[in-house]
Amino acid sequence: MSLNMKVNLAGVELKNPVMEASGTFGSGMEYSEFVDLNKLGAVVTKGVANVPWPGNPTPRVVETYGGMLNAIGLQNPGIDVFVERDLPFLKQFDTKVIVNVCGKTTEQYLEVVERLADEPVDMLEINISCPNVKEGGIAFGQDPKAVEAITREVKKYAKQPIIMKLSPNVTDIKVMAKAAEAGGADVISLINTLTGMKIDINRRTFALANKTGGLSGPAIKPVAVRMVYEASHAVKIPVIGMGGIMTADDALEFILAGACAVSVGTANFHNPYATVEVVEGIRRYMEKYQVEDIHSLIGAVHDR
Amino acid sequence: MAKIKMTAKVESQVALALDVFSMWIEAGEIAKQAAAGQFVSVYSKDGSKLLPRPISLCEVDKENGRIRLVYRVVGGGTKEFSAYRAGDTVEVLGPLGNGFPLIHKKAFLIGGGIGIPPMLQLAKSLEGEKQMILGYRDIRFLDEEFAAYGTVYLATEDGSAGTKGNVLDAIRENGLDAEVIFACGPTPMLRAIKAYAAEKGIECYLSLEERMACGVGACLGCVCQSTDVDHHSHVHNKRVCKDGPVFRAEEVEL
Repeated sequence: MSLNMKVNLAGVELKNPVMEASGTFGSGMEYSEFVDLNKLGAVVTKGVANVPWPGNPTPRVVETYGGMLNAIGLQNPGIDVFVERDLPFLKQFDTKVIVNVCGKTTEQYLEVVERLADEPVDMLEINISCPNVKEGGIAFGQDPKAVEAITREVKKYAKQPIIMKLSPNVTDIKVMAKAAEAGGADVISLINTLTGMKIDINRRTFALANKTGGLSGPAIKPVAVRMVYEASHAVKIPVIGMGGIMTADDALEFILAGACAVSVGTANFHNPYATVEVVEGIRRYMEKYQVEDIHSLIGAVHDR
Repeated sequence: MAKIKMTAKVESQVALALDVFSMWIEAGEIAKQAAAGQFVSVYSKDGSKLLPRPISLCEVDKENGRIRLVYRVVGGGTKEFSAYRAGDTVEVLGPLGNGFPLIHKKAFLIGGGIGIPPMLQLAKSLEGEKQMILGYRDIRFLDEEFAAYGTVYLATEDGSAGTKGNVLDAIRENGLDAEVIFACGPTPMLRAIKAYAAEKGIECYLSLEERMACGVGACLGCVCQSTDVDHHSHVHNKRVCKDGPVFRAEEVEL
């Protein structure tokens, strides 16, 4: 049986629906020692800003039950180094390149977007949902008017299709998804991390130097599946689903909920082979249930 | 060199002191590449504990494809490891990070607390004159094993053995000198050793510790402040897991 795992996101064809979540995979270099990047539908880079960002003080990461909190603070080398070093590395592989763009002001986002206009990048993911950077990031992601406005601005300058990455730290995800669509987003991705806190009871301090951090890992998966379901039913544009995917079974929940593609994030830290194992697991599921085309699974969840 | 994640077999496990355990594991693919000062990520079998625990290599037995981990039980993950018995399996990824440079000169090998274990493989790997200065709060472990490789000087906070005080007190009390320093231990100790080395003009290498997530240089969780602009992010943050854990003392701000 020939299986079709290809999916199309705003005109960009991915060989399979599996990518990894921004920030968990660098620019692919470190994990290329473990996985063949050619086997992934796309590689999503860590957030890139117009200039290098130093990020937050340490400790930046802490484990929680079934998950982890991080407050890296978007440390990144800036667009110049990214274009000179990381992009040529990624272009060696037969996979799509999605660059995650971060900024503190609209102008900073636009500077990166413009700089990438003529670079060999397939899509841009606009990070308006990082909970760990005070000015910017999340400031754009929790107000539907701001989401629509930044989406519209980015669309004016972007040569590639844009993915708006949404925050789960909102009252109604459907409103945010619609705002991104109204602003002209080609795709939306969700969820980013949930804001959380851990306290070290022995030291009576915050576990993270930043006090709060973004919760990720399997602990958040049911929340993420619910939000992907709601968002994908609220908009017509494709949805990339993520949040606690550890295995192909997890990824399939997101696809059945309505995601056209999925991202594997924190699982990489637990299992550096997680991404390709998810690809293989989805293929096995399709074989088992004789699903010839992955599209027949997208949004296929039905009432009991 | 390739990092590998594998299911290793536990060969033995013994308690060396209260909450300090020594575990030999059969991990040939890791052992054959591993060097003093490198570490492995050890994974819990409990699905609620996602992140690997970074544990330094205490000894590498390339001939028999084994590595030895000496670690302190500090939480649920290390408690689980300490219950593994001969024949059990353990998930490990390694070897990770950059080890100590093998500079065969008259050396201080300084270990503080659970920073002592990696100095044992270093002691075995170095060929110059070795003076091991080991600092403990009170209860000692591994100190007798160092004796085969050089002279051992002890420092204990409670004065129960060797010099009462810290490792630098022991160096001063014994009138020791060296041409190169290798150290691993708590940050205040490393900070003091860095200052001592600078004052004496001695080449110095420090092994750092920081909370990690990925262990392979991708997540940027475990950075330390670096003196110069780092090559990864072009800021002043070096990755302890990938650029370290061993750094030249002048390379890092402690």
